Formats: sequence, C-alpha cells, structure tokens
Amino acid sequence: MAKVLMKGNEALALAAIKGGVDAFYGYPITPQNEVPEYLSKHLIDAGKVFLQAESEVAAINMVYGAAGAGKRVMTSSSSPGIALKQEGISYIAAAELPCVISSVMRGGPGLGSIQPAQGDYYQATRGGGNGDYKLIVYAPESIQETIDIMKDAFNVADFYRNPVLVLIDGLIGQMMESVDFDRPVKERKLPVKDWATTGTKDHPGRRNVANSLHIDAQELEDQNIHLQEKYALIAKNETQHEMINMENPDYVIVAYGTMARICRSAIKELKAKGISVGMIRPITLLPYPKLAFNMIPETTKGILCCELSMGQMLDDVLISNKGRHKVGFFGRSGGMLPDPSEIVDAIENFSDKVVE
Amino acid sequence: MKVKYDKSKGLTDKPLSYCPGCTHGIIHKLVAESLVELEILDKAIAIASVGCSVFSYEFFNCDAQQAPHGRACALATGVKRVLPDNIVFTYQGDGDLASIGIAETIHAANRGENITVIFVNNAIYGMTGGQMAPTSLIGQKTTTSQDGRTQALHGNPIHISEMFSTIKGVAYLERVSVHNPKNVMKAKKAIKKAFEYQKANKGFTMIEIVSTCPVNWGVKPVDALKWVESDLIPEFPLGVFKDKGDQNE
Ligand SMILES: Cc1ncc(C[n+]2csc(CCOP(=O)(O)OP(=O)(O)O)c2C)c(N)n1
Ligand code: SF4
Repeated sequence: MAKVLMKGNEALALAAIKGGVDAFYGYPITPQNEVPEYLSKHLIDAGKVFLQAESEVAAINMVYGAAGAGKRVMTSSSSPGIALKQEGISYIAAAELPCVISSVMRGGPGLGSIQPAQGDYYQATRGGGNGDYKLIVYAPESIQETIDIMKDAFNVADFYRNPVLVLIDGLIGQMMESVDFDRPVKERKLPVKDWATTGTKDHPGRRNVANSLHIDAQELEDQNIHLQEKYALIAKNETQHEMINMENPDYVIVAYGTMARICRSAIKELKAKGISVGMIRPITLLPYPKLAFNMIPETTKGILCCELSMGQMLDDVLISNKGRHKVGFFGRSGGMLPDPSEIVDAIENFSDKVVE
Repeated sequence: MKVKYDKSKGLTDKPLSYCPGCTHGIIHKLVAESLVELEILDKAIAIASVGCSVFSYEFFNCDAQQAPHGRACALATGVKRVLPDNIVFTYQGDGDLASIGIAETIHAANRGENITVIFVNNAIYGMTGGQMAPTSLIGQKTTTSQDGRTQALHGNPIHISEMFSTIKGVAYLERVSVHNPKNVMKAKKAIKKAFEYQKANKGFTMIEIVSTCPVNWGVKPVDALKWVESDLIPEFPLGVFKDKGDQNE
C-alpha cells in the first residue's frame, strides 16, 4: 500500500482493524471522537462488533466481558473518560485479560479543556485503579508510530495477558500525516487462549472463569507475586525508547509524544547556536526506559525534562538519574504548546530550571 | 416448608456459602436446573456480581466471569455481543443491580441485549452486613437506617420490575418469590421461560426474585419467610410485568 494522508485518530482506528480488533466498546469524548466514529462504520461493515456504551464505566466492563470471552477488544477515550475506566482496568489487569485502550489526552484537571496536553502521565503509568497492577503504556510521537504500535498492541496484550494503553494527545489525534499501514509487525508466538469463557462445550471437564477475587490472603499474595514476575518480564522485553544525538551532549532533554517533536526542533536551533543537546525519548512510559539514563556521559551538564504538564514524568527522570546529573524541568499545560524557542531558552538558562 | 435438595448437574460440588434460611441457595438450584433441562449448561456463561452471591462463579457448573460491583450487565453485554450463540446470564443482588449498577442494567435492557438477569431482591445489603438497600421498606431498620427507613431521609423503595416494564427492549419480566413450595415452582417456571426466550433470541429477560436475609433482617429463618409474605410481597407484588410472547418489536 502506498502512503496515505490520514488524520491521527482515524489512523489509530484503522491500525486497530489491521491489528485484528474483533470488538470496540466506547463512549464519546473530545478529542478522540474520530476513533469510535471510524470504527462504528468499518467494524460493523466487516461483521465485527461496535457498541456505543452508556458510559465509560460500562464500556470498560464490556471490554472485560469480551476480553474474557477471548476476543481482541478495545476501548478508546480521553482524560476524564479514562478516569472513569480505572476501576475496570484494575479488574481486567487482575483477571489477566488482554485488551487495548487508547487514550487521547486533553487538558486537565477536571473538565479542563479539549486542547492537547500530557497531564495524564500519572493516570497512565500509576493509574487510579486499586491494587498492585501495571499496564503496558506506549506514547508514540507521530501518526506513523501510533499505527506501528497499534498493530502490535493486540499481540503484546495477548502475549502477556495484560491491558495495553496507547497514549497520545489531542494534537497527534487531530493532525494529518502521510503514513504507511504496511510496515512489518514484530513476529510473536502467541499462546492459545485456552482460558477463554466460551462455554464448557469448548473445553469439557474444565470450567473457565475470569476472576480477580482471591479471598485467601496467601492465594492473593501468590497471585500478586506472579503478576510482579510478569511485569518484570515485560520490563525486560518490551521497554522501548529512542536516543538522539547522545555523543557527548552538553545537555540531554527527556520528552515523549508531542513534546518530543517540539524538542527535536529546539535541538536543531541549539545546534546552530553551538550547543549540543541530546534526547532520550521514552516510547514506553511503563515500563520506563530507566537504563537509557546510564548512557548519559559524566560530562553532560544537565538533564531537562520537558512535558506538556506540570512535572509528572519528572518523577521517573529523577528515579532513573539516581542523582548523577542535575535535573531541570520545563513544562507548559492546559493546552498551551510551547514554541521551540522556549525550550532553547530553558537550556540556555538551565540553572534557573534545576529542580534537583 | 419442604424443598427438595437433590443436587443438580448445573451446580458444582462446592458447598454453598449462604447462611441457614437464606433463599439464595434455592434460587441457585432453580437456575442450575433450568440450564440443565434446556440443555444449555455447556454454552452458558454466568456473570457473578458483588454481594453475597459473589462466589456464584464457583457454584454454577459452567464458565463464568466475576464482575465489579454493579457492572454485571456490562460484562454480559460484552460477552454476548462477541458470542451471540452462547447463553449469558447475570446473578445480582438489589444493591448491585438497583443501586450502583442501575445504569448498566437499564441500558442493557433498553438495547434489548439477549441476556437473562437473575435479580435477587432481599431488601438489604447482605454481604456488607445489613445496610439499607434501595429496595429496603419504609420503616425497615438497617445498620444505616437505625430508626427505620423514612421517605423524607432516604426516599421510597425502588420498584425495578415496574420501572423496567416500560422498556421496549425487555422481552420477559416477572417478579416471583421462593418463600413456599408453590412459589418455588412458579419461580422455576419463570426462570426457565426467561432462558427459553434467550435461546429463541427474543431479547432482554429479567426475573426479580424476592429473597430472604434472616441474618441481617435479625429474624429466625421461619420468621423471615413470614415477613416475605406479610411485608415484602405487598410492597413488591408478584406477577408477570412484561411478556413479549411471539411478538417481535
Ligand atoms: C465499588 C464497590 N463499592 C462497594 C463495595 C462493597 N459491597 C460489597 S457487596 C455490597 C452490597 C451487596 O448487596 P446486594 O447487592 O443487595 O447483595 P446481597 O449481599 O444482599 O446478596 C457492597 C456495597 C464493593 N465491593 N465495590
Ligand atoms: S447475609 Fe443474608 S443474603 Fe447473605 S448469605 Fe446470609 S442470609 Fe443470605
């Protein structure tokens, strides 16, 4: 297939179809409406399931049901809607059911705004559901990368029996780019879903149950230990990041998604000024690419964490830095997108930005 | 009262976890027998809710999913939409269905989801220790309405079957009781009919079953059965609220 010009949200939806989605359940919210709109037409035309639920709470629980039945299932939402899904996400993670959730971030807190922002870093990586569970969180910076990740997302979810969250912001969702849907997807040997609740007729002598209740304390701790082992394996196998210009940089920027794009422009401007700046761009926010920080040379003068939020990923930067370098922070929020010159300025006045 | 307790193939060997005199157990048996008699046990998927029946996923001898509190009808929708040829049912208490899960239940009914809801109304929150339910009676003393429920403070008991009878997507809706053998037989017929309707793809079916909670009502099991007759049924009259029959809407 030749390259096509496509809007981010629609490309995400089409990539989900290419990834083999069987069913979609969701509730309208800006700025992600093109995702369900596109799927409502194309999934039903293909004889698959699309259902507009009565709420995000219902939608994520429909996802639970269909995932438990062994299907490839997804939901999509934006910040306040993802907040409502957190209960269901915890149950799905606990029951070890695979599913894909896309989240197109807007400004917050509260009703906030419908402009692009990255204020849901904590929501995505720490979650609001109860208990010791983790998602696999991807944060692509372009429509092409969104497509590549979405196509693999169902495989990753099925492989680990874990929910996958694909986190973009309103800018990536709304902009248009020329993209290719035929790039290869990583080969994964997927396990058979012999746990799916499809009726005992399909597995005589065994009842399949999707469940998160373990009333016996030792049994629940054992399950939690099992989950942690799985999360450690995911961290080992699936952590992804990009390094840019990391040979002896004066400074290193850490940024993801739309903010990483803005920082790319800033890095070029800084180079013209004779300041060498590298970048670590996390592609998975969870697991976080902690080890990449070991590659920052001793001689680098500082790390600038840049976000479209008020300092959330900063926590992971500080954890990963382990006190080796000075860490500064630059953030805009509420839907305000910085000009690259603001980041140039932040690097030139790094000492004013230092938080630790 | 004499109820036969011969074990149905529709139940596992796991001993039921209900208190003595609790009618949850009878209702389990009626559901299990219906699934066996209609030969749909091996394609049934039970959706357990949160309440005293939370362990029903261990009791029904079929595949099952355990839902978050109130979300059983959303799970059931999710399953049934991808597995339309299977039989999907929820088993929910009044707190689960009529309070926290009312939105999920109404919308599943309104979409005419081809699922069966077994709604156990015991006018109290059993599992959490006897708090007021949306179905508790005026004057009923609970741990959160210690001087008795009042209309002014808490509103009136909610009548689910009456409400749902106005919803077009509902194919069959009956309120039954299991406080004596005659009513147990009627309840069995109603539950079986609901599953027959699901088998025939007629749409949303719900059987509301007036049930007991002697422990949290603070009465002996025999008196609980009497209270069903004297107080609960007058508030929640039994009968068929909707039967689409052969009609297709
Ligand atoms: C989100 C959430 N809120 C509250 C609870 C606590 N809780 C467990 S069971 C229950 C009420 C159950 O009452 P009901 O549905 O009437 O069933 P019964 O126990 O009477 O059979 C509540 C409030 C919970 N588990 N989850
Ligand atoms: S607490 Fe009430 S509803 Fe729960 S098992 Fe005991 S008697 Fe039954």
